[in-house]
Amino acid sequence: MNDSRIRGAEIVIKSLVAENARYIFGYPGGAIMPVYDALYDYMDHIQHILTRHEQGAIHAAQGYARVSGQVGVCMATSGPGATNLITGIADALIDSTPLVCITGQVASHLLGTDAFQETDVVGISMPGTKWNIQVRKVEDIAPAIAKGFHIARSGRPGPVLIDITKDAQTALGEFNYVPCLNIRSYRPYPKLEDSIIVQAANLINQAKKPYVLFGQGVILGKAEKALQEFLDKSGIPAACTLLGTGALSEDHPNYVGKLGMHGNYGPNILTNQCDVLIAIGMRFDDRVTGDVKRYAKQAKVIHLELDPAEINKNVKCEVAVLGDCRISLEKLTEKVEKRSHPEWIKAFRELEAEEKRVVVGNDLSPTKVGLTMGEVIRHINEFKSDDAILVTDVGQHQMVAWRYFEYKTTRTQVTSGGLGTMGFALPAALGAQLHDFNRQVICVVGDGGIQMTIQELGTIMQTQAPVKVVLLNNNFLGMVRQWQQLFFDKRYSFTELDNPDFIKIAEAYHFKVQKVGIRGDLRQAVAEMFVHEGPYFLEVVVEKEDNVFPMIASGSSVEEVRLS
Amino acid sequence: MMNKRYTISVFTENFIGILSRITLIFTRRGINIDGFTASESREEGIYRITIVVHTTEEQIIQLSKQIEKIIDVIKAFYYLDDEMVFQEIALYKIPIDNIDSGLEKVIRQHNARIISAEKDFVVVEMTGHKEETQELLEVLKDFNVLEFVRSGRVAVAKPMETIDKYL
Repeated sequence: MNDSRIRGAEIVIKSLVAENARYIFGYPGGAIMPVYDALYDYMDHIQHILTRHEQGAIHAAQGYARVSGQVGVCMATSGPGATNLITGIADALIDSTPLVCITGQVASHLLGTDAFQETDVVGISMPGTKWNIQVRKVEDIAPAIAKGFHIARSGRPGPVLIDITKDAQTALGEFNYVPCLNIRSYRPYPKLEDSIIVQAANLINQAKKPYVLFGQGVILGKAEKALQEFLDKSGIPAACTLLGTGALSEDHPNYVGKLGMHGNYGPNILTNQCDVLIAIGMRFDDRVTGDVKRYAKQAKVIHLELDPAEINKNVKCEVAVLGDCRISLEKLTEKVEKRSHPEWIKAFRELEAEEKRVVVGNDLSPTKVGLTMGEVIRHINEFKSDDAILVTDVGQHQMVAWRYFEYKTTRTQVTSGGLGTMGFALPAALGAQLHDFNRQVICVVGDGGIQMTIQELGTIMQTQAPVKVVLLNNNFLGMVRQWQQLFFDKRYSFTELDNPDFIKIAEAYHFKVQKVGIRGDLRQAVAEMFVHEGPYFLEVVVEKEDNVFPMIASGSSVEEVRLS
Repeated sequence: MMNKRYTISVFTENFIGILSRITLIFTRRGINIDGFTASESREEGIYRITIVVHTTEEQIIQLSKQIEKIIDVIKAFYYLDDEMVFQEIALYKIPIDNIDSGLEKVIRQHNARIISAEKDFVVVEMTGHKEETQELLEVLKDFNVLEFVRSGRVAVAKPMETIDKYL
């Protein structure tokens, strides 16, 4: 008799191959071993990246997903393997990153018995996933994976988790992969109402000081060109959120800067002076709005958004343009009048000049002895290519790098925005680099964050991904220290670090290394880093107690943004 | 904004974990659930969950949207009390010793009934709104209520919209 059945474990791998997954970022263990065994025969079809910790695996999958636009895949065993994914799952949910996480689970007859490495990962991951499921039967594996990919990538993307019991992995079943295209209870793309476009266009056409805020929705919706054409025609000034950065080239004449707590001076202040605020694919995060009770109260708000739950969640809008923002923008561009707003844009430029005078000059071309984070980024700009990808961790270096890196194209900014996950950068940079070895990937990271996932230097070594790690070392948890200085009477409670010799660590992982502590050596060091072909580790010792400005203090209004 | 009593009617697929996903939305926001019932709806395989909460209109809109965002939720509707016809059921366990002719009067007045008589106790049943079943509880206290239980709300909406168009 001819038996065409295969093991559930092989069905897992064949399903991932059917979804064109290029990489699995993962870590083996007891309850996922059958899948790893099956993987052994599929190394030509799908590449597995063995990270050094499951958190590294999921952040790498996030980095890959953010740069490629594809679903990132990661895999872990039950119990601690699965729980180590949770931070990344929460991060991917709040930053709308498409992921499929596959976890092994104890055999179904052991469920609920506190078996070895049993944890209720479906329960634990429930609030962090867009969707999750436990699969206990071999015939349910392929449909669950198909449904998972569809949910992860469609609509507002997000992470899904598929927990597969060990007995389902070892049981025999037929493989017949049917991609999932529709789920009757799930409507990822709300239908755009044409009458709403007319309402929005009328408001825009009557506006004297219209103002566009764009977020990551533009990138996720592949609406970069539509945004640019809308701005070209309407002449409206536009500012970006942290995750929207790069959706519009910073060279665009209407681009006026960045929003939020450490964004630019003008874009924050003038939020409270515009008459029509056009928010595109952004969710009015509290780090963008400051005190929401004093946020853009004078303005009529038009919100272009895919997720109905974001409408009126934080900021009430006059016109809700629910739908795919690429289509909404294209239709809106047809209806808006060709205009320019030279006086209004001039208001932004004047405040920009003030920010340059008070803040930017000292950051980028300092005269004091200590090195600034800003001047490191200035030299990176000098040598990087236009499509270079900047991956950052969380803290002062993140804000400084974001402020000064020159973003020219889309999907060049990878950072943990909503969750603010320290330890994100190193593994995310690896994932970003694996998408394309020929792109420059620069991982700017602080001395605090790097130590949260420093073991991933090993994964970079093993893959030889040519990531350029730039460690900005101030021997402090700098952002917390800045808050302690400004809001807690300089009581530096547990923020100063006694650090290891990072260079020795990087050398142990066979990175080419360099350490810089004085200004005279910096430019040359950055130049050398970029010509080196393999992984590189550059440590720059920066001023211990520098602060990031401008800043909107917690609870302040956007117009109270401080320059010092 | 004023707190009012709202009923959310959620139509879902029969998917393990859906109740947890729904209740997490309330837990996360610190909102107490006053009533919760679940049963299969008119459509085979589609479940109808009725949730009663005290909250503001602004919040109930957000809650409904967050519930609808759950992949296996087909639709969530919310209503004020006057937009629904609703009912709850209550059971009262009363020891035989305390029963006298007064009980008959109380049962008649409240349109309740005795659904079971055991050696040591009887069980009185009443359906009605919470205020009504509560009122009966107060009266029955004279007879020494041993146990009392009230169900969550079941409700049908007055608006003529049905779930069909969302399937």
